[in-house]
Amino acid sequence: MTTDATTADIHGHRSLQHHFENMEQQREAGTLGMWVFLVTEIMFFGGMFLAYTLYRSMYPAAFASASNHLDITLGAVNTGVLILSSFTMAMAVYFTQLGKQRPQIICLALTLILGLTFLGVKAKEYHDKYEDHLIPGKLIPGNPFGPAVQEEGQPPDHHKLHLLPGATLAQVQMFYWIYFAMTGMHALHMIIGAGLLTFLLIYSMKGRFDPEYHSPVEVIGLYWHFVDIVWIFLFPLLYLLGRHFEHG
Amino acid sequence: MSEHIVPVRVYVTIFLVLLVGTALTVLAAFIDFPWRLNTIVAMTIAVTKATFVVLYFMHVRYSTRLIWVIVAAALFWIGILFALTFSDYWTRGWIPVSY
Repeated sequence: MTTDATTADIHGHRSLQHHFENMEQQREAGTLGMWVFLVTEIMFFGGMFLAYTLYRSMYPAAFASASNHLDITLGAVNTGVLILSSFTMAMAVYFTQLGKQRPQIICLALTLILGLTFLGVKAKEYHDKYEDHLIPGKLIPGNPFGPAVQEEGQPPDHHKLHLLPGATLAQVQMFYWIYFAMTGMHALHMIIGAGLLTFLLIYSMKGRFDPEYHSPVEVIGLYWHFVDIVWIFLFPLLYLLGRHFEHG
Repeated sequence: MSEHIVPVRVYVTIFLVLLVGTALTVLAAFIDFPWRLNTIVAMTIAVTKATFVVLYFMHVRYSTRLIWVIVAAALFWIGILFALTFSDYWTRGWIPVSY
């Protein structure tokens, strides 16, 4: 326990809610609550990872063919962007803990910019898939699923789908359902995260966070890192799974 | 007792480890590993990266036991999700059943 004077100071913090004993208890309760929420998120994404694993084990050739059509460079660059944004987010928490407002604002702004960069690259990838008629089903009016298939002996065309032996277009379409469901839900989480970061940015400019009170930065940081982890798994599973078949 | 402040040195190290991990997973994807080990290699790298993020960026290493229990519970339940589903799909056809 600290001295009476310090305890009184902590009790008097303007951000302490009446139902908490002190700032530390309030912070730990917030972190715990966020982790419980993240467990539900893990289960939510877990269901989609399960669907992926199941269909990949049923249609390995089609999944490899479809995966090879994704742009590995854009995927890798986006992984780097997201890792860097996780780093700047961690640094934002660090500077908030030290009570350094200027670097805190800079780090939050960088995280937001990197998050938007990721979404921009993702939009470019989605547009490429749209142009190659790879949006599954009839989600896009007038542009149903129907990619051109690369035939033997034709000159290589990266807009065409190279089907490995045993793969059918219907199975490839299954991959793209899962691809758009998983990356789409991930992108939605990024959009929500960008909104949360905007909120953090405004409040940090108002000087609302200090070493005693910074739960919002810490907790939104946890969320941001979680979204990064989902991508750490999505990148190899979606983009890299069939590459070694290409020059076997 | 106040919270633990992770030094910048640690954050930079983790950041570099994650970048190296990403490069490794891309390189490994183009190698044809024997016994179809590609997925195992890719997932090992991904789990390692995720562990570093959870322990250091998300501060779990310095958090209370209660947080550890919550994280462990998530892994346990995702384990149930996969184990029970695949105990069905994986074993289908083992025993001939007439429908």
